[in-house]
This record gives sequence, structure tokens and C-alpha cells, in this order.
Amino acid sequence: MLEVKIVENRWDHIKSMMTNFGISLLSIVVALIFGIFFILLTDQSPVTAYQALYHGAFGSFSNILNTLWRSTPLILTGLAFALPFRAGLINIGAEGQLLMGGFAAGVAGYVFTSLPGFIHLPLAILIGMLAGALWGGLPGLLKAKFGSNEVITTIMLNHIAIALTINYGINKLRTSSRMATPEIEPSAALLRFKEIPKHPIWGKLPFADIFTNPGIRLHMNFVLAIIAAIILWYILFKTTLGYEMRAVGFNSDGAEYGGIKPGKSMFITMFLGGAVAGLAGAGEALGTHLSFMSGMDAGYGFTGIAVALIGQTHPIGVIFGGLLFGALNQGGLEMQFAGVPSEIVNIIQALVIFFVASLQILKMYLRKRKEKEGVE
Amino acid sequence: MSREENYILEMNNITKLFPGVKANDNVNFSVKKGEIHALVGENGAGKTTLMKVLYGLYDKDNGEIFYNGEKVNLKGPQDAIDLGIGMVHQHFMLVDPLTVTENIVLGNEPRSGIILNQKKAKDKVKEISEKYGLYVDPEAEIRDISVGMQQRAEIIKTLYRGAELLIFDEPTAVLTPQEIDELFEIFKSLKEQGKTIVFITHKLQEVKAISDRITVLRNGKSVDTVDTEDVTEEDVAELMVGRQVLLEVEKTKANPGKKIFEVNNLKVSDNRDIPAVRGVSLTVRKGEILGIAGVEGNGQTELVEALTGIRKIESGKVKVRDKDITKFDAREIKRESVAHIPEDRQKRGLIMDFNLQENVILGYHDLEPFSRNGIMKYNNIADYTQKLIDEFDIRGGGMEAKAKNLSGGNQQKLIVAREFSQDPEFLIASQPTRGVDVGSIEFIHKQIIERRDNGAGVLLLSADLSEVLSLSDRIAVIFEGEIVDVLDASETDERELGKLMTGSTIDAGGEDSGK
Repeated sequence: MLEVKIVENRWDHIKSMMTNFGISLLSIVVALIFGIFFILLTDQSPVTAYQALYHGAFGSFSNILNTLWRSTPLILTGLAFALPFRAGLINIGAEGQLLMGGFAAGVAGYVFTSLPGFIHLPLAILIGMLAGALWGGLPGLLKAKFGSNEVITTIMLNHIAIALTINYGINKLRTSSRMATPEIEPSAALLRFKEIPKHPIWGKLPFADIFTNPGIRLHMNFVLAIIAAIILWYILFKTTLGYEMRAVGFNSDGAEYGGIKPGKSMFITMFLGGAVAGLAGAGEALGTHLSFMSGMDAGYGFTGIAVALIGQTHPIGVIFGGLLFGALNQGGLEMQFAGVPSEIVNIIQALVIFFVASLQILKMYLRKRKEKEGVE
Repeated sequence: MSREENYILEMNNITKLFPGVKANDNVNFSVKKGEIHALVGENGAGKTTLMKVLYGLYDKDNGEIFYNGEKVNLKGPQDAIDLGIGMVHQHFMLVDPLTVTENIVLGNEPRSGIILNQKKAKDKVKEISEKYGLYVDPEAEIRDISVGMQQRAEIIKTLYRGAELLIFDEPTAVLTPQEIDELFEIFKSLKEQGKTIVFITHKLQEVKAISDRITVLRNGKSVDTVDTEDVTEEDVAELMVGRQVLLEVEKTKANPGKKIFEVNNLKVSDNRDIPAVRGVSLTVRKGEILGIAGVEGNGQTELVEALTGIRKIESGKVKVRDKDITKFDAREIKRESVAHIPEDRQKRGLIMDFNLQENVILGYHDLEPFSRNGIMKYNNIADYTQKLIDEFDIRGGGMEAKAKNLSGGNQQKLIVAREFSQDPEFLIASQPTRGVDVGSIEFIHKQIIERRDNGAGVLLLSADLSEVLSLSDRIAVIFEGEIVDVLDASETDERELGKLMTGSTIDAGGEDSGK
């Protein structure tokens, strides 16, 4: 009897997850249908455009890998929003945390010149994560100590981060006309998949040759992003720390009664959120651009909010949210080649966000109707 | 059923199904014109469901509804309102930043052109307000006025919309004793003006005090409809629960031991930084229950929050077993074997979106066997939860169900289960049976007495004077943040306490006399 009940509950759980997933999928389809209208405005054929979109994102092995590459920073900034959200905080600051992380990692990547790779790379990544963590932890601390609204403080810190890293940092450190910090040492670079065939160790893999296409831009930070998502999932749902965060997020008065310090949980989630945003920046600096570059944030911090919401702020869901946006970005590029202006690509992305948000209302409506009607 | 002239409402064979439950199972419910009809039953008996069917919020699966002798088919609340059915919900449907008047006329505004005619609206509100003795300040904003006045605004709203039959869903749950008296006066005046009232409750004293007839629901079925004057509270309780219920608490004389808890000259401020607890001293010994009687808002909330480490102590000392815990936080106090049933179970006591497993370890989640080295041990937690569900008879969906899906009584049992199963030496119980059904009240009272008999000290706070009187061994009376007297429970009564609570005879000694 008890066993049956548990199985039933599990099944309910899976069913509700499938419903959520289905609704996310439906919203993408609806967004693409509405997108047809905008593509027609540009006198292009929607069929060609969407074929291009699909082909760009999934059409070849290299394209799929590049979709993963584009989703990497989005998964991480998505996590940077999702985790604090679970503790009841709105982290608008992933952009600034990413910049601080990228800048710190980029600098660490070139100032240490004689470190072996197995020390230099992890060190640079950790420095980047720490910089992001501090940039996220600061508003967390202000919230905990003084109740300062984290939305405002994180937005302000975004502006400060831009000024600090780009306007001041790059201008101070750059050695060429390129708006970037000096190129990092090879010892600090993240492994790029296109280098695998020639790599002394990885090159020995039997399937190493599949990565020979020089157009492949995927690097190891994708793997780190997946690991980060799994670690955050574990923290959130399997540790006392995560239990306390979720308790604070649902009801901080109740958590306080239970001996939990809401301020402490808030600070920790913001610190961890900042750390993953910092990892996003470190990955871009050490894997994609091989230096900290102006404009490399590309609005990831803000797109991350949409990524997190599509993923229902569940760390594993965020991976899928990131992949979706990565695919839209990667496929959108090919859509541009097919003659659709990049603005239209942006509109289609915005439509996806719009419909994911509004179809949540559909879900609420369905629940309500079910309640009103009962069964039979 | 015959359709007599004087029935304003007849609901015949109403059935309403929810997944896995028959919330209403062939319920029959008839209301005479001009009467006050109490609809009673334990939590989850189907009272609210029945009223939501009547108000058009739920579609019924079977049955017929007659209003003034005519068969009606309600598709939504507007249909009900058009017929003259008004509903005052338990949680008020008011818009906080709007004024009382604006809320009342909302959706049916008197206009001049496209603009709200403020004067006409205000006059209308005033007219209704005076006719039924419903005092409100028409220009005050909802967020600034008392719960009692908000409720009166709700009542005026239903009357403004032309209600003849008014449904009240647990109207007294949110009110202080004084406000309850006022509400009953309003009921009487509504009745005199020819309105019909249905009120949902599970408080038996209220049923006896105000109603003309009573319909009892149990497990979704209508058990009986009786004339109030023909039955006793015990009879109604038995109809509700289906067995004999002890309304009186059975307990032996206390056998107090050593001092376990001591408060010395405690001073605490409220949220606005105004002193709320002004020099309270108390002693509780092992094996006794010290009750604190007082009108709500005399510092009880702040006192309990300070004692449990949630609110800052301005000055004074708190000791458990001679250990100074004045500066301890909530977690450290829990570790001193002090358990706490908070007065507001939804705000403090439970995380409503957590399931039973997660709730049953709140405050103890960092202890073995629930976690080890910061890793949650969900297998152990599941076993423990199942044990408590069985032991404390917590009904409503099992350990994976969310706390918000339990009935009030079962939520309270969940808290009691959590706090008592840690075997506390000292227990602070604040409004332990507020908004809880008769069967659960009996159970919770038994549990508290059992704790006492096992040698725990208990500090009991309750707005329900009869609860304080029947459970406590000694009673301290609090008034304006001070203890005005400490009495032996067997040597006092409601009248004496009532006087002390309102400050009419302030004794010279504010000290605890029970040492």
C-alpha cells in the first residue's frame, strides 16, 4: 500500500515534469509559427529561413558542437540566476559577475608566465570564479546585513564592472589596438576540441579525428558548465545547505523559526551564483577569445535570466534552456546567411521567451479548470 | 424533499468529486428564509466545497439547487451574485491600496460619465453602514484598517451588490474575541432586517451562541440538520467526529519538579520599536503548565519570539536549566531541548511549499540521522516521516504531499509531531489549537498533558480563555506587556481572568508568586 503510494507520487512528479517540458516545447513551436509572420515581412521564405535555422544549429556534427559552444556561457549565467532565485533573490548581476570573472581570469592567464598548465589553467579559472563570486556575494552581503534590494545593487554593480574591466582595465593593460587584454599564455588556455587530433594525449583517442574541422569552436568549458549544473543540483536538493536555501526562498519567516539564518543563505546563493557567472567569463576569456575582450559578455547575463526561467530555475532544466538559446544563436547565424536580417532572428528569440512566460499562464489555467471540474 | 415556501435555498443530493476524493457525497442542505444557519464539520468535511458549489466556483457532478423555490444553474460567481447570494471569504477579497468605499463599489461603480462618482459611492456605503450597524471608515485605505473593519467592508460589499443570502466562510478565524462579539451583533441586525445567514465554522461555542439551526457534515456527507436549542455542544461534536469527544480536558493534578525555565525582567520591543514586553518575570517548573492569559496584542507575540530567539531581547535574562540563553539564536535554543509551536503555522511553523518530509525536519535538519556532514539522508527522513504520520495520524496525501495541501488541523498536527517527537524538556505552545477542528484539538491537548506528565515544563499562550483555564496548572495574566498576576488555575475563573486581562484590577505585585 505504502509502496504503491510512493510509486504513484513519483509518477505524479514525472508527469508534472513532462507537462512542464511539453509546455516549454509548445511555446517554442508557437514562437516559430509567429516568427513566420516576421520573416514574411522581409520578403524571405519562412521555409528556407527555418531550414537554415535548423541546419545551422543541428545540420552537421560541427554545427552541433558549435551549438554546444554557444550554449556554454548561457547555461552558466542561467545557473547564476536560477540558484539565487531558489532562495528568493533576483540576481540581475550575472553580466557584471561574468565581466569580473572574465577579466580576472584573462589577467591571470597572461601575468603568470612560467607555470605548468596543470597549475596555471585551474588557477586562472579559480581566480575568475572567485572574482565573480565576490561580485555576486557583495550584493548578497548587503541584502543580508542591511536589507538592500539586490535588484538595484546588482544592476549598479553591472555598471561598475563595465567601467572597471573595459573602460579602465583594458585601456590600461592592452598592448595593441585590439580592445582586449594581452593574449593569455598557452598554459592557461582551455582545451579546444579542434585541437584534440593534434594533442599529445587526447589525440591518441581512437575517434580523435572527428574533431578535425577547424570551424569547431567548442572548448572544455562546456564540460565544466555541465559539471557546475550537476553540482548545483546536488547542493540544492541533496545537502542541508540547499535545504536551507530553498526554505528561505519559499518562506524566510518559517526558515528563521527553524533556526536557519536567511541572510546567510542569501549570501551563499549569491556567492555561488556569482562564481558560476565568473566561470562563464573565465571560459570565454580562456577558451573562446584567449584574452579578456571588450564586448565578449554579449548580453549573456541578461539572456541567462530567460534561460533560467525556461529551465524552471531547476539546474538540470537550465542546461536545456541554455541549449535552446545556443541553438537559436547558432542557427540564427545561418538564417542571416540565408538573407534574414539579424533583427528578425532576435525577434524570434524574444518570441520564444514571451511564449514560455505566457504559456505558464496556460498551465495555471489548466490547473484551475481541473480543480473546478473535479474528475469524471 | 418538499419545496416549502419558507426555504430560500435547497441543495439536494450535491456530489462533487476531486481526484481520489468525494468532497461532497449526496449532500442535502436547506436554509430557511431569515435564519442564521451554521454549517459545521471537521476540516476536510466538505463545508467549503459545498459553499463553492453554491457560489458557482465549482461545477457540481450531481444534484440540484433551488433558490426561492426555483431550480438554478450557477455557472460562476456572477450568477450567484445576480440571484442575491453573497459570500464573505475567509481570506478577504479586498484591494489593499484602495479605500473602503472604492473596494465596496468595485465592479459596480456609480459613475458620472466615465469617472467614479465618489460622493454617490460614499453616500451609498454610509447608508448601508448605518442601516446594519456596520461601522467602517469609508475613506481609509484597506491596508491601514483592522481585520475586523476589513471584514465589515466585505459584508457591506455583498450587501451593496444586493445580497439576500450571505455566506460566511469561517468568519471568526481571523478575529479577536471582541471582534467576534461585534460580528455576532452584526449577524443579529442582519437577521432583523430579513437577511439570511449561512456561516461555516467548527467552533462549537459560536454555533450555540448565534445560530438557529445547524447542519453537520462529516467526510463529505450531510449527517444531520438540527435546531440549535435542542442540542448541546457535546451532541454537535459527536455528530461532527462520529464518536464521543471530550470537550473537557482530562488531567490529573500537576506534580511540579525543579525549575526548568526562568525569565527575569525581560524587555522586548515590537516592530515599530515601541516597548511591547515591559519587564516580564516568569518561572516554569518541570511537570507543570504555565498558561499566559491576555487579550491579543498585549505583548504575547513579542514575548514568545524573544524567548525562541527570533526577536532581539532589549534587556533581562532567560535561563533554561540555569543556563543563560538570553543571547542564543533560534537554532541554539532548539538545541537546549526547547520546542516551540508557533502561533502562526503558515507564516512560521511550516514551509507550505515543502512536502511533509522536508517540513518534519525543519529546525532539526542538520542533526543525525536526518543529515550527516551536510548531506541530507532522505531515506532516514522518509522512515521517520512515515513513523510520525502513523503515530500522530496526519492525514492528507502522505509524505510527498506539500504542507499547503493539508487541512489546518493536519498542518497543526504536523508541527506538533515535529516538535514533540524530539522529546523536549521545555515546550512553548502558542495558540496550539487555533483554527483546528474538534478531533484535532482533543488530540493536541492530550499530547500537551502527556508531555507534562512525562516531566516537561510547558508555557502555554492562547487567546482562547477556556483553553488556558482547562490546560494550565498556573495562569499568569499579561496586560500591556506586564504580568499583572499569577494565579492557581483551580482557584480562578473566566470572570476573574477577564477582569485582570483588561487591566481593571491591577495587583500590586507584578512578580511571579509560584516559586
